[in-house]
Amino acid sequence: MERVSIDEQRCKSCGLCISVCPVKILIISDRLNARGFRPAQCTDQDKCTSCGSCVLVCPDIAIELHREVKA
Amino acid sequence: MAEQMKVIYERPKSWANKVTHYCPGCTHGVAHRLIAELVDEMDLLDKTIGVWPVGCSVLGYDYFDFDSVEAAHGRAPAMATGIKVTNPDNFVFTYQGDGDLASIGMAEIVHAAARGWPITAIFINNGNYGMTGGQMAPTTLLGQKTTTSPLGRTPQDNGFPIRVAEMLAQLDGPAYIARVSLDSPVNIRKAKSAMRKAFNAQIRGIGFSLVECLSTCPTNWRLTPVESMERVRKEVMPYFPLGEFKVVEGVL
Repeated sequence: MERVSIDEQRCKSCGLCISVCPVKILIISDRLNARGFRPAQCTDQDKCTSCGSCVLVCPDIAIELHREVKA
Repeated sequence: MAEQMKVIYERPKSWANKVTHYCPGCTHGVAHRLIAELVDEMDLLDKTIGVWPVGCSVLGYDYFDFDSVEAAHGRAPAMATGIKVTNPDNFVFTYQGDGDLASIGMAEIVHAAARGWPITAIFINNGNYGMTGGQMAPTTLLGQKTTTSPLGRTPQDNGFPIRVAEMLAQLDGPAYIARVSLDSPVNIRKAKSAMRKAFNAQIRGIGFSLVECLSTCPTNWRLTPVESMERVRKEVMPYFPLGEFKVVEGVL
């Protein structure tokens, strides 16, 4: 399971998550979703620090965050 | 062995799992999410009644799993007062924009605040009438260009913007009045804690509460979502300062 799961059908390509990500791992992808927007995508799941900034600014509740439990 | 994952964030349970009709980058979605999160966290799903306005958020009732009603333009506080009087055990909130609350509904919100009945108003201030194409609202800043003030708002022709939170804080009725901003992660966290206090003011029966949320309207401001957030910080916040304007004892 990925750390940053972005629901591509909900994303409206506003770019707010990209502007607040402190580790700069979010970009706008070059494919289209069913509504005609280019959804955000995560380029490096391992770099995510689970700070939750993207979740806080996302107006479409498109992002869910998870993290591995430490053994 | 399958990897164990813990949840950092998942969609709130009171969210009806639909895609909203709002424009990309509109902070209505952020305010909706904060309400849904608080309803979940405070275990209010079974007893919440939302009163929805006329404006962009007119279809807001579609996006939540709690009960909702749709009020006539500006009359959400009057309707919420009636619902609260007859159903004192329910949690009743109104969700209104600036055209709805500060213009046509000004009388209703002022008298609802003056009566001090325990209802909660979430007030979205984005400085124009978003749904109808960006006309000038009572909260439009001086100099701001809208479709009905194409040369910019001037005090001679259009009067001055209204600071609703400060105005209502002068009354004795309200228990909690605050202005927050939805422009950045830190301010959204503060907005959530202000909304929690407002919800608590009602649940504890202390009195009327209102949270004014500085919001964006990228489409009608003719800016990108990221530029809109910058504009809130640079132009809107100096005129509409953030803070708590009234906190009576017992609100937490």
